[in-house]
Amino acid sequence: MKLAEIIKILNLNVITGENDLDKEVNGGYASDLLSDVIANAQNGQLWITMQTHVNIVAVAVLKELLAIIIVNGRNPADDTIQKAKEQGVVILSSNLSAFKLCGKLYELGIGKDV
Amino acid sequence: MNEFFSQTYEIKGKDFQNAGKVSTGIKTLLKQLGIKPEIIRKVAIACYEAEMNIVMYAKTGTMKLDIDTKKIKITVLDQGPGIQDIDLAMKEGYSTATPEMREMGFGAGMGLPNIKKNSDEFKIESSIGEGTKLEITIFIN
Ligand SMILES: Nc1ncnc2c1ncn2[C@@H]1O[C@H](COP(=O)(O)OP(=O)(O)OP(=O)(O)O)[C@@H](O)[C@H]1O
Ligand SMILES: [Mg+2]
Repeated sequence: MKLAEIIKILNLNVITGENDLDKEVNGGYASDLLSDVIANAQNGQLWITMQTHVNIVAVAVLKELLAIIIVNGRNPADDTIQKAKEQGVVILSSNLSAFKLCGKLYELGIGKDV
Repeated sequence: MNEFFSQTYEIKGKDFQNAGKVSTGIKTLLKQLGIKPEIIRKVAIACYEAEMNIVMYAKTGTMKLDIDTKKIKITVLDQGPGIQDIDLAMKEGYSTATPEMREMGFGAGMGLPNIKKNSDEFKIESSIGEGTKLEITIFIN
């Protein structure tokens, strides 16, 4: 499924990268520990997290993640948004908790085959 | 030795704002050099974790990248507190990260073990009150 479709169905807010959503999603990884994401996330995945500070951008770049989805209605810091724009990282947000968002993604079939 | 690339990067302790810059720069460079994606992935993990450890624990440090036709070597040197017990520091889950660092998602205690896991050769040396040195080698073929 394409990222743009998921955004529509799950009513996600697009914070950065609005011109970069026509991409196929290759599963996801949920974690708030950066070293865990560095070790275990795969390229092309969605990263579901509560972290909002600027260091999440470098993690997404290094792992070539498709998008960061910030949960619980949190907003990224201004410098995070700034850096994400510079580096071409897509940041989305959701009012749902990580658990609920992952459940909904899974219902859509995201990650079932990965 | 048929070295075709060598460069040293500076990394500042406590500079969380620019943290990850050196690693992402190295990643871009390796892509430009046409290094295979699976090799780049390993180098990126090792560089990022080494860079973050300097940012988190040391005063200042350098990362030296040496590439030849066979391997990528990363030498990481810092001026900092050093590591008391290296065996303990290498254990997954061990961390002395502060509460502020943990709040930002650091301190899983996974950095050093993952550097080792992604290296073909790995050496760590440290002296208390002086600093820490990592030698990471990843073969290209
Ligand atoms: N360059 C260094 N200088 C001083 N101490 C270090 C250095 N690198 C690692 N350490 C010590 O070793 C411990 C383990 O390091 P490691 O990178 O595995 O985990 P971490 O940095 O605590 O957490 P994570 O990397 O998962 O965010 C650190 O908590 C710290 O006490
Ligand atoms: Mg670390």
